[in-house]
Amino acid sequence: MSSGILTSARLRLPGRLRSAYIPVLATAGLLAAMFVAGGVRYTGFASGQVVLNVFIDNAFLLVVAVGMTFVILTGGIDLSVGAVVALSTMVSASLMTDGGWPPLLVVPLVLLIGSALGLAMGCIIHYFDIQPFIVTLAGMFLARGLCYVIGTDSISITDPAYTAVAQARIALPGEMAVSVSVLIAVAVAGAAAYVLHYTRLGRNVYAIGGSEQSALLMGLPVARTKIAVYTISGFCSALGGVLFSLYTLSGYGLNALGMELDAIAAVVIGGTLLTGGSGYLAGTVLGVLVLGLIQTIISFEGTLSSWWTKIFIGLLLFAFILLQRLISARRA
Amino acid sequence: MAPPAPILQMSGICKEFPGVKALSGVDFRLLPGEVHALMGENGAGKSTLIKVLTGVYDIDGGRITLNGQDVVFAGPLQAQQAGISTVYQEVNLCANLSVAENIFIGREPRRLGRIQWKRMRRRAAELLAGLDLHIDVSAPLSSYSLAVQQMVAIARAVDISARVLILDEPTSSLDSGEVEQLFRVMRRLKAEGIAILFVSHFLDQIYEISDRMTILRNGSLVGEYLTSELGQVELVGKMIGRELADLEKLEDRPPARTSEPLVQTEALGRSGAIEPFTLTVHKGEVVGLAGLLGSGRTEIARLLFGADHASTGALRIDGEPVTLRTPRLAMNRGVAFCSENRRAEGLIPDLTVRENIVLALQAMRGWHRPIPRRTQDELVDKYVAALNIRPADPEQLVRNLSGGNQQKVLLARWLILEPRLLILDEPTRGIDVGAKAEIQRLVAELSDGGMAVLFVSAELEEVLRLSHKVAVLRDRKLVAELPNDDGLTTGVIMETIASGGRA
Repeated sequence: MSSGILTSARLRLPGRLRSAYIPVLATAGLLAAMFVAGGVRYTGFASGQVVLNVFIDNAFLLVVAVGMTFVILTGGIDLSVGAVVALSTMVSASLMTDGGWPPLLVVPLVLLIGSALGLAMGCIIHYFDIQPFIVTLAGMFLARGLCYVIGTDSISITDPAYTAVAQARIALPGEMAVSVSVLIAVAVAGAAAYVLHYTRLGRNVYAIGGSEQSALLMGLPVARTKIAVYTISGFCSALGGVLFSLYTLSGYGLNALGMELDAIAAVVIGGTLLTGGSGYLAGTVLGVLVLGLIQTIISFEGTLSSWWTKIFIGLLLFAFILLQRLISARRA
Repeated sequence: MAPPAPILQMSGICKEFPGVKALSGVDFRLLPGEVHALMGENGAGKSTLIKVLTGVYDIDGGRITLNGQDVVFAGPLQAQQAGISTVYQEVNLCANLSVAENIFIGREPRRLGRIQWKRMRRRAAELLAGLDLHIDVSAPLSSYSLAVQQMVAIARAVDISARVLILDEPTSSLDSGEVEQLFRVMRRLKAEGIAILFVSHFLDQIYEISDRMTILRNGSLVGEYLTSELGQVELVGKMIGRELADLEKLEDRPPARTSEPLVQTEALGRSGAIEPFTLTVHKGEVVGLAGLLGSGRTEIARLLFGADHASTGALRIDGEPVTLRTPRLAMNRGVAFCSENRRAEGLIPDLTVRENIVLALQAMRGWHRPIPRRTQDELVDKYVAALNIRPADPEQLVRNLSGGNQQKVLLARWLILEPRLLILDEPTRGIDVGAKAEIQRLVAELSDGGMAVLFVSAELEEVLRLSHKVAVLRDRKLVAELPNDDGLTTGVIMETIASGGRA
């Protein structure tokens, strides 16, 4: 009898391996298909630089989505990220342009503000046991409102060192180049993947996403971990804001409107379950690339309005949510 | 030979909840290397005692000593660190993580802060091999059966340093093979000197595995006995505090029914769930469904209630062909279904007894026609009294009730609809002997009143005691239909299950 239990569990194994990776593989397949289709349809599409441009144009989104991945893996959500990005651009621009502060002082300060906001929201979520949705919604209004306290108009950044970094291109073999932002974003994604897979913090994130109650009973530091993920998300949003200000060389209260939703979409398209506990950082990277490539394709098409990006993202989201549903239904 | 000194001693434990004295002056001791069963009806205070011991509740009186030292735990975590680990019926692990991680999370082997996955998997595999469990530890926990998950929970508990292991109803969802496997592990741990506190409602299991038992009744200690010196009948008598006459009364087999058929299935089936079966339930007849866990008992119940759709065959109610697309249609036809999983599929724990009871009736009437409060109170009072629901307070939240009383609330919900066919899926699982007898007597009374009952239970004695006929299932197939006459015994049913009805 006992051997029966064991073999039946073992037989299920190959299916399990496939089902855990299916969403990520599906996203990778989609990305490849989009790239091939674009290459066939448009001249000049199938080049390495087009891919790198996707990275350049979406480095900030990637960083924000990395933070969002941590939060969603615990089963939470962070709606404040777009507003924190805007606030970061605003603080950076006003301090550098109007205040004349050096970037080396401004950037750490901005990162600190973002992290502190995340920390505060994490504490409220955990200690008062309030849904992340509503707490981060409040955080979103707060951060967006603070932008207008600083100024209602767009402030351009003229600091020479900052603009130099923004315009710098790191040459890669084959006459390709990337911006500094891309290097930062890739480093953040790599560090995040390491943390999620190889550190206790990362595994606790998955455990809490699986079952917070069990995590508590197993003696895991649930409070610390939950607060940590919102702090990480706050930090990533602030860093995303810095990259965004490098990208646009300005600060504006209306920047990054709705970016929280783009980040959530990227994470979900990357195969992370919104209920938490299942997903990979690599999926998030692929998800951001898919969103970026849609934009690229639409700009290559030329005649389509940029709103078509939203339509495609919407359809993709539907498809991926259904896919996840099918996989989890088959597992059960 | 003098017994070794107790590793754990609880003396004069008192615990009060508002209005209830949950424990009064209970003594309990646990010796190293023994399996000690904690016995008592639901509501006798077993869970409270365990929760007091592990620091979930603080104590109002009495003291706990572990290894001769006074201890007070602020929570399960602290108790665990002191060497007292608890494994609950519903496994408190993270099913999305791998088996190895579930054993080691929070204490993963690391070098320079980096988790050493290979070493963790190897150690997990070694640990489980020590419990005679050879599984792929890198697979997610969710890919294994509940029995294996429990074993993983035990492995974690033992590895963390358990000297005292509390198993709170670990067997209630396991089939007999899995129970055997669990018992092998328990014997092995016992031989290593670990003290095991075991709670189960299955008397046979208690007698198979336990060395000693402590009996509680209404929050007080009845006594501590060696299992070998206390017979089953005496045990039950001590647990319920009265004679078994109530149970005995039902021992007569019910006479067969010859009334007209109420529900007839013709080759009704659902691919992947249950092979086509033909079964007739007459008015006022109790039909028992016997078979192992997963043999298709629940699947039949769900088909008849419209919770699943049949893929083949036809269903007749009162001779009229019907298609039950939804449970609502089934309810309109007079079919009621008490599900097996009362917590997840039946009761709403945060509503009161009254609200839970009128739920189905209100749903039948539609939300635009609320049931007047006075009618509600009358109905609820009637059924609280009829089913002896305790506490007899309709405004009590259902989650505060013991398992047996929750089951009665669920039953009451369906009974006020006055169904013609009542499907009971494991109505007596996990509830105590007294409540069990009451529910059994109720089933007999209902069928005498003309209600047809489809009775699903893993306990063959119970099926035999109540049913007019027994349908035997095996491997998702109805293999035999046996009239409950003098020739039918649990042995015959078991042989039928074993042989698949060919004999």
